[in-house]
Amino acid sequence: MRNIFIFIRRYFTFLCFITLQIICIVFLVNFNTTHEAVFAGIANEVTGSVNTEFNKVQNYFHLRENNRLLLDENTRLKNMLGINFESPDTTKQAIIDSIYRDTTGRQRKFIWLPAKVVNNSVSSQLNYITLHRGSAQGIKKDMAVVGPQGTVGVVIDVSENYSKVMSMLHQNSIVSAMLKKNTISGKINWTGEDPRYVTLNGIPKTTALKKGDTVVTSQYSSTFPPNIMVGTIEAVKKDPANNYFIIKVKTATDFYTLEYVNVVENAQLTEQRKLEQAPVKNQ
Amino acid sequence: MSLFIKNIFRFMLFILLQVYVLNQIPPLHQFITPYLYFLFILWLPFSISRLGLLLVAFLLGITLDYFVGTPGLHAAPCVLIAYLRPFLINVLISQEGAELNYAEPSIKSMGFAPYGLYVLVFTFIHHFYLVLIEWLSFGNFIYFLGKVTATTGISLLLIFISEMMFFRKQKFRTNTA
Repeated sequence: MRNIFIFIRRYFTFLCFITLQIICIVFLVNFNTTHEAVFAGIANEVTGSVNTEFNKVQNYFHLRENNRLLLDENTRLKNMLGINFESPDTTKQAIIDSIYRDTTGRQRKFIWLPAKVVNNSVSSQLNYITLHRGSAQGIKKDMAVVGPQGTVGVVIDVSENYSKVMSMLHQNSIVSAMLKKNTISGKINWTGEDPRYVTLNGIPKTTALKKGDTVVTSQYSSTFPPNIMVGTIEAVKKDPANNYFIIKVKTATDFYTLEYVNVVENAQLTEQRKLEQAPVKNQ
Repeated sequence: MSLFIKNIFRFMLFILLQVYVLNQIPPLHQFITPYLYFLFILWLPFSISRLGLLLVAFLLGITLDYFVGTPGLHAAPCVLIAYLRPFLINVLISQEGAELNYAEPSIKSMGFAPYGLYVLVFTFIHHFYLVLIEWLSFGNFIYFLGKVTATTGISLLLIFISEMMFFRKQKFRTNTA
């Protein structure tokens, strides 16, 4: 027993060093697999408030660019308005029954909420985005995040007023996507090399592809609404090991200049998950 | 200003500089982030105890981690260089006794060549360990080496600039004073 105490006293600094290293590694490992660090909720709130102050200053530098983006988005939305579509009247009598149309029993599936980006990184291998909108304002875990140009990421952690988003530029991020022209679906992930490009896997080699083809989110994704822009094909490579292409996709979202995003809630997600996870009975 | 207060200010300045200036710079190449914050550990006074050094380094790393959002990633290399610091200082200035005459490591207290070596070695160790943990699951060795050397180069340049800009006055302390 005495020898043990002598040993501990002699190598006290070394043991402390080892302990601290282990703490660091444990934090790192836990955080990256489950995304739930011990203090993440509290720390989010503290660093988030500092980030907000800094962001107020930073916003001035991007005003011009933001105006352009908002204008673009407005134009796109105005183009989608019903007013723009008019066909020549071929019937004798136009019957428009607005009450009937409102009560067909259609259920709302996706709810869009605006949020401001207060912190953003692209330079690391594990990129996160912090939004100034939290559980008190209706943000929950697993909600999708969509920018004015396209998909951005998924909410992984929420505090009262802030939420943390795993960006599409994260090695654990997987987004279900499809080709717009023939709806063949695959998975988007990131290799960690260049923040401007992501990789699309799982498209069979029999598919005809061209540079510039559009990739959108698929209807199999339970978090993202379908047909949200992901990016355009930049280069196509054949994987010698299997029957699939490795497709380099240029992201529609410019992750360097992200300022305002929309958070999308799938109101029917819990119901879908519950059904999918229930054990199959007659098999 | 006492050494303690001075270091608290330095701590805050280094963290703010790293998070809000250096991390905001669009990557010079695909993946180079300029790092400077660990200079705080290299500038800590000679008189600090080894255990204290470890704890301060851990605190520095974990604070930065919570701003960046990756708990443990920067804390681990910080603790490593804090643990190795006393050994290298002993090797570099064993004969001159500078640690008694000056407060903290600098060009004046250690001499240009030993101080340069001191900074070079710890910058390299810090980046090597940081990139090693960060890239462990990616495993492309050429990228790994490229990233370590490039980040080390950029950091050395930044350290050189900050040494020139913020010349630290070092008083020569004697027993007679």
